[in-house]
Formats: sequence, structure tokens, C-alpha cells
Amino acid sequence: MIKGLAPLAAGLALAVAMQLSAGPIIGPFAVKLLMDIGINVILAVSLNIVNGFTGQFSIGHAGFMAVGGYVAGCFTYYGSYLIWGAPRVQAGWLSGGDLLFVGGCLAGAAVAGAAGFVVGLPSLRLRGDYLAIVTLGFGEILRVMLQRTGDVVTSAEEVRAASWPTLATSLGGSLGFSGLPYYTDLFWVYVFVAVTLLVALRLKFSSLGRAFLSIRENEIAAEAVGVNTTRLKVRAFVLAAAFAGIAGGLFAHEVGTSLNPRELGFQKSFDIVIMVVLGGMGSVSGAVLAAIVLTLLPEALRGFSEFRMPIYALALILMMILRPQGILGLREVWELPWLRRRRS
Amino acid sequence: MDGVAVGSLYALIALGYTMVYGILQFINFAHSDVFVLGAWISYTLAVGLGYAAADAEPSVLAAVGILLAAMAACGAAGFTIERLAYRPLRRAPRLNVLITAIGVSLLLQNVGQLKWSFGTQPQRMPSVLADRVLGSVAGVQVHLVDLIGAGTALALMLVLDRLIFHTRLGRAMRAVSHDTTVAALMGINVDAVISFTFVLGSSLAAAAGFLYAMKYPGLNQPAHATWVLLGLKAFVAAVIGGIGNVRGAMLGGILIGFIELFGAAYLSPHLRDIYVFSILILVLLVRPSGILGRAVAEKV
Repeated sequence: MIKGLAPLAAGLALAVAMQLSAGPIIGPFAVKLLMDIGINVILAVSLNIVNGFTGQFSIGHAGFMAVGGYVAGCFTYYGSYLIWGAPRVQAGWLSGGDLLFVGGCLAGAAVAGAAGFVVGLPSLRLRGDYLAIVTLGFGEILRVMLQRTGDVVTSAEEVRAASWPTLATSLGGSLGFSGLPYYTDLFWVYVFVAVTLLVALRLKFSSLGRAFLSIRENEIAAEAVGVNTTRLKVRAFVLAAAFAGIAGGLFAHEVGTSLNPRELGFQKSFDIVIMVVLGGMGSVSGAVLAAIVLTLLPEALRGFSEFRMPIYALALILMMILRPQGILGLREVWELPWLRRRRS
Repeated sequence: MDGVAVGSLYALIALGYTMVYGILQFINFAHSDVFVLGAWISYTLAVGLGYAAADAEPSVLAAVGILLAAMAACGAAGFTIERLAYRPLRRAPRLNVLITAIGVSLLLQNVGQLKWSFGTQPQRMPSVLADRVLGSVAGVQVHLVDLIGAGTALALMLVLDRLIFHTRLGRAMRAVSHDTTVAALMGINVDAVISFTFVLGSSLAAAAGFLYAMKYPGLNQPAHATWVLLGLKAFVAAVIGGIGNVRGAMLGGILIGFIELFGAAYLSPHLRDIYVFSILILVLLVRPSGILGRAVAEKV
């Protein structure tokens, strides 16, 4: 059911349909929620490749998101100045602005993937929990470095006059990168959601995915049967980082978000981790479900926002003690026993 | 002098990380929050004893009392955490324990931020001891607070060192850390030893919390990023010294303190967090088992 190009085409069609119909019908707030859900789905599913499939523990996913977001933001913001003289949204579907934005997202993904390689290589060579510490440290270092960047340049003449390195370090510092054009819409979010889901599902049921799972189950045994554990762990990590970079690019250009170093810190990483853990370690559809539920839940619990984090933390501990594999475990939704029985 | 003072605090915290890692092989992420708890309990006690007033007389007795009370409270907290959150997972995969530890850490942070506990505002620790410059050695000013901090930390570390290497209980701890199953077969009560390790590590963290609050009176709210960073640096100290190695943690802590402060003083003060993590990555690349650690072949 996930072979060939048919599912990708279906995803594209769905994205187009959402883009065309959703806005007028459900209103801007619901559209914003749907975009948030999509971005969180990309984040949770990609982190699941590392935490769920290979069983390594990364808690710096928001760091890669920040890398992607800043690179993409830099791309569209200063790119718009250079091409059109102002960082305004270029109207029209698949216009030059859209292409610049998608190019920025892909560039962000590439840089985030490269960052993932640099961070992952020293820590993934070793067994144990070093990845957790190094990713956490990476997030903090990144935050410090982003806070030290200069103010955003805000006029076409100055942008033209400035050199590339100056532009690349004028990212708004601790106030955040403001003034980014709002290119993110339902179409682009769900195109990338479709790609992410497809990659994750195809990966899971491929030989590479089996090798990932073997590392998770028993690293020594996996090595003994000829799995190059270090290389595969790094590969999974880089892939996840690249998808986080795309999510960051989408996040940066979304209406009503602010791209600042604080927003994409440890707290955000932890939100993504809890999505993966609750949904099921290694279950793609579980991660999707958890991402949807945990995006909507804070909206429902607005009155209790003070207790949100304590409740999350408690839920995490209880989950680990009572059902350590997550709600779905390794299974996908359509593999649940009670669904199977009904079908046959 | 700052290097010694801060370094010995890092060392105190690192000891808790390294002892737990030595026995249970997981990173106790909640450890840094126990340290925060120690600092905030010290603050609450100091305010409760009336030291927030401007004319309060500094007193050594009160300082020692606060220190001991904070250590006892955090020891109890450490015992509870181990009993409720970690013991049910004794046989679970390590990833699960790690996630639980992060859960406990966030629980402590956020419960600490609730209105009826410590709140979300930074507070100023009242000075329980009088600080003055005692004089200068080779152009370095020696503050009384630094001297007391480093002295207390070193004394606690010496006590710990004797405890681990010269008592029956210490021998039991080392046996459990070496091989849990064999230790249990030899008649050691493993659960009790693990509980004791947590109590010990947590009370050392509380002592570090008190000393830290003395040195840097501006206490941030419990979930503030600076605390997480402090805990991380202490963990880095444990890794650099050789995780699971008690003397390595002491060495690593003092080393980290020096690297951080000298880097801040001579290179750039804004990048002080970066030096420590660069050192971590360097150590992981060159000598993953740490300075004093031994590479252990993994058993299948």
C-alpha cells in the first residue's frame, strides 16, 4: 500500500484540496492549527526515525529545527530583498516567492543534516547515552550563538551593500528573526508531511529499516550479524535532522510564530520527544496521532496552562513504568489486532 | 580562586552523576534539579530564619544548620525519586530509564515553578555568612565565601572518598557497581545500596546548591535554562574524569571550573558555555572513557 508513486500523488492531491477548500470553510484559526499539526507531525515522525527505529536518544531535535528555520529564513528574507527589493510575499501560487521559499526550506534541510552529521558522528560512535548529552549541549550552544547574532538588516540598499557573511550573521539575536514573509500554507506543509510519512514508512519496512530496528533491539547482536551500527545510526540521525530542518523552515514562515532562539529550545525538543514516546517507539502512525493530540490538547486545556508541564512530565514517567513501548508500540494503526479481526 | 570555588561545586554535583552511573549505568537527568531544589530550600530556610532583613546578623551556626537541613531534605527527595520512579524500571531497557529520568527532571522543575512552591520569579538569596576579601595571594583576591565554599566542598569530598574506599558500605557500593548480580549473590542488599547511593548523591547536590546560592545570590526560577546548563556542565565534568569513577569526577569538576573561567577571562566571556562542550566532544573523540576511566570491554 505504500509502494510506487501513487501515495505521493494522493498526498499531493490532498494537499491541493486542503489548500483550496480549507481556508474559506474553517477559518484562519483552524488553518493555523492544521499547519501546526502538520509541522509537529513532520517533527515527531522524523524524531521517531532516531528514537523509535534505532533506539538512540536525541533530545536536541528543536536545535536542528532552529538550524533549518534560520537558514531558510535567511534565504527567503535576504533573497527577497536582493530580487524584489522587499521581503513581501510574492502573490500567486508557485510564484517565484514560493520557489524561493521551498528552496530555502531544502537548503535549511541540507544544513541541518550537515549539523546532524557533525553532532552525531562523535557521539554515535559510542554506546550509551552520550547522544542525549551531546544533543542537549548542541541545543544550548546553538541558542547562545544565535543570541549573539546581529540585528536583522531592514533596507534593500544595506542588504545589497552587505557581504554574505554579514547577512548570514544578522539573524536578529535574542529578539528573534522578525519580518519573515509568511509563505507557509497548508499546501506546502502537507506536501512535506506526505514526503516525510512516505519516507518513514518505506524506510520502516525496508531492509535498511530492519537494520535500524536491529540496532534498537540489540546493538551487539546487530553488529555480530554484519550491521555497520555506527554508519546506520549516523544515517538515521542525519535523515531526522534534515526533516527537522524542513519543519523549521515551515515554522519560520508561518503566520503567528516567532523565530527566536528561546522558542526552539529544550522545551520544544522535549515536546517532540513526548510525542514519540506516547505514540509508540517506532510507530509512524502512532507519532502522527500523538502529534495531533498533543497539538490540540494545549488548546483544550488553556485554563490549566500552569499545570501543563507537570502533567506532561508525570504522564511520561507513568507511561515508562506502565507501558514502556508507548501506546501503539512498534505497530502501525492498521496492524492493531482488533482491526485485523474485523477485516478477516 | 573563582576557578577553585566553582570547580569544586561542579565536582560535588558530578559526584552524584558518576555514582549513579557507576551503579545503574544511566544518566540521572533529575540530579541537576535536586541541586536546584537544594539551592531553593536553602533560600526558603534563610528567608524563614529572618535573614532577608537588612540588619540580620550573619551566623556560622545558622549556615551550618541550613546546609544540613537542605542536605537532609534533598537526601529524602533522592530516596523518594529512586524508590518511586527508578526502582520499578530496574530491569527495563536503559532508554526507558533515561526517558523516565528526564520526566522526573521536568516534574521537579515545573512543580518547583508552581505558585505554592517556589514560584516563577527569580529571588535573591540573603547572605547568611559575611563576605569579605581576606587578602590577595599573587595578585588574586581571596573571598571568604569562595574559601568556605571550596573548603566545605573539599571536606565533603574527602569524607566521601573515605566512605567509599575505607568502609564496609563503601565496599558494598563498589561491589554493586562492579557487578550487580555477583554482589547480590555475595549477600549484599543491592536495593539498599542503590537507595543509599541516591541519598548520598542528592545530599551532595544539595550542599552544592547551598554553596552556589552563597556564591551567586541571584537565584533563577527552578525551570530556568541556567540550571539545566549547570547540571550539564557537571555531567560533562563526570564524563571527562571518567564516568563511574569517583576520583575522576572530582578532578573533572575542578578542571571544568578552571577551563570555563579562564576561557571566559582570557578569550571571550560570551562563549563560556561553548568551551566546556567543545572539551566534551574532544574527550569523547580521543578518550571516550575519560581521563581516569578504564575502557571496559562490553560483555555479551
